[in-house]
Amino acid sequence: MSDFSKLKELSIQVRRDIVRMVYNCQSGHPGGSLGCTEFFVALYGNVLKHKPKPFKMDGKGQDMFFLSNGHISPVWYSVLARTGYFEPKELATFRKINSRLQGHPATHEGLPGIRIASGSLGQGMSAAIGAALAKRMDGDPRWVFALTGDGELDEGQCWEAIMFAAHHKVDNLVVTVDWNGQQIDGSTEQVMSLGNLPAKWKSFGWDVLVLEKGNDLDAVIAMLRKAKRRCGKGKPVVILMKTEMGYGIDFMQGTHKWHGKAPNQEQYESAMAQLGTTSLGDF
Amino acid sequence: MNINDIKSTGTKATRDGFGQGLLEAGRQNPNIVGLTADLMESLQMQHFHKEFPERFFQVGIAEANMIGIAAGLATAGKVPFTGTFANFSTGRVYDQIRQSVAYSHKNVKICASHAGLTLGEDGATHQILEDIGMMRMLPGMVVINPCDYHQTKAATIAIAEYHGPVYLRFGRPAWAMFTENLPFEIGKALLLASGTDVTIFATGHLVWTSIEAAQELAAQGISCEVINIHTIKPLDETAILDSVSKTRAVVVAEEHQRNGGLGDAIANLLVHKLPVPMEYVGVNDSFGESGKPLELLDKYGLGKKDVIWAVKDVLDRKQK
Repeated sequence: MSDFSKLKELSIQVRRDIVRMVYNCQSGHPGGSLGCTEFFVALYGNVLKHKPKPFKMDGKGQDMFFLSNGHISPVWYSVLARTGYFEPKELATFRKINSRLQGHPATHEGLPGIRIASGSLGQGMSAAIGAALAKRMDGDPRWVFALTGDGELDEGQCWEAIMFAAHHKVDNLVVTVDWNGQQIDGSTEQVMSLGNLPAKWKSFGWDVLVLEKGNDLDAVIAMLRKAKRRCGKGKPVVILMKTEMGYGIDFMQGTHKWHGKAPNQEQYESAMAQLGTTSLGDF
Repeated sequence: MNINDIKSTGTKATRDGFGQGLLEAGRQNPNIVGLTADLMESLQMQHFHKEFPERFFQVGIAEANMIGIAAGLATAGKVPFTGTFANFSTGRVYDQIRQSVAYSHKNVKICASHAGLTLGEDGATHQILEDIGMMRMLPGMVVINPCDYHQTKAATIAIAEYHGPVYLRFGRPAWAMFTENLPFEIGKALLLASGTDVTIFATGHLVWTSIEAAQELAAQGISCEVINIHTIKPLDETAILDSVSKTRAVVVAEEHQRNGGLGDAIANLLVHKLPVPMEYVGVNDSFGESGKPLELLDKYGLGKKDVIWAVKDVLDRKQK
């Protein structure tokens, strides 16, 4: 099996994990998780230089990743487990009492791979900038990656961070925006229009890349690699990544209604049938 | 030490002590990084900035982002010191501190100047009187409110050595200095004067006010034990209980709301372990206003006379 086929299979398994985790505890956020599956698989499976064990909080000599929209924890947990940070069987504890897999990611329980708590929105980009500044001060040539939601850009702190990164030429930073056009109360257009998003980032001084096919694994890998090549030129880099919320499961796809809702048994069985099984096996 | 032996050696602002302490800590530890939200000189961080320009970041008027960047720097092994006014260091960024710093247990030092009424003429928008309460409610947060220039300098150097989130609170005005040769240890109460009738626990600027009050009370034959609680969290419970078991009467003095501050922290301890008559010297559920620092302390019940009244009130209750 080629590396690409392996990643393709991994993305199917990650989708199975997401639905199973959310179904198991009857809570969590499947929509955004499914939409960002290709991003996480591409990042951890192909792009990041990282060492899962032993996990090092300070990430020295490695690439670092910060998740700002922490509610899509299911996809992150699944990919962390499937790339060696902890055993996949621990995914069964998601959102349950005494678990390291909190509803939103946290460092408090010591889950390897998590460097800061997120969930209250708007904070992750700032943290990523801090880590990128530290790398620059230390002469560490690796990169810092971050993912933020598009609805999350309603938060003022995001724009504080966007201004700062350009002003201080934080050019070892790649931020990706999950541009799925949806937030809890409806489409971003209805709730709070983002306007001309590429133009906004550009006018703030960023190098802007637009990825039309954020659920095409090949395209995501190519774009993340391109973004790395664009680093080191005096500007932070942003990928505006168009994805479809709920991608991969027909009744969840393209709607905000599955932002934070668990499937019932019938829906769960339908989702599992649609996804099919993989050689990796369920947790 | 006898209360009458405590003398002021002059006046300087606590924020000056922070500026000097940060410079010294920065010389000792190359991982220390400074950040400010457009208030570098108000916080006296220009000394650090001048010597270590590559380790200092101007964030602009964007406190939420500053706290987040500090959390990221700490994640990657740096020891960030953020500097802005106490109001913008706490209330404005409570959620950022809660999630990115306290819950994530990041080694961030939140350094906050211009706390309390003694900020003066800028008025109530800037005179935060709730910050100690907010910060001490956060699990794992160390809360320190030093009382003069020397103690602020010593505290700044000490928190650089401590690993974990810290809130360091200090102020704007020039204030009496009297701790030059006294020790400073995080979490360790500082006995300033022994006494037998009542214990005055004081923090921040109100320590000097309490000393002056105790000196006047000594002349009236009332013996006050004066203890400086610079570290409000973790509270030095042993020192407090030892003193109170001897004097069995307590006054707590602080430049803060009575709600949520040092007084409440001590009341919480005593109600469980050693209930005795107790009085608060603090702001009574009110906002401040513009004015000169001493005028404001006087008007809002935080002056020397208020400490004296509180001592007499508590002694009346003790005798009943």
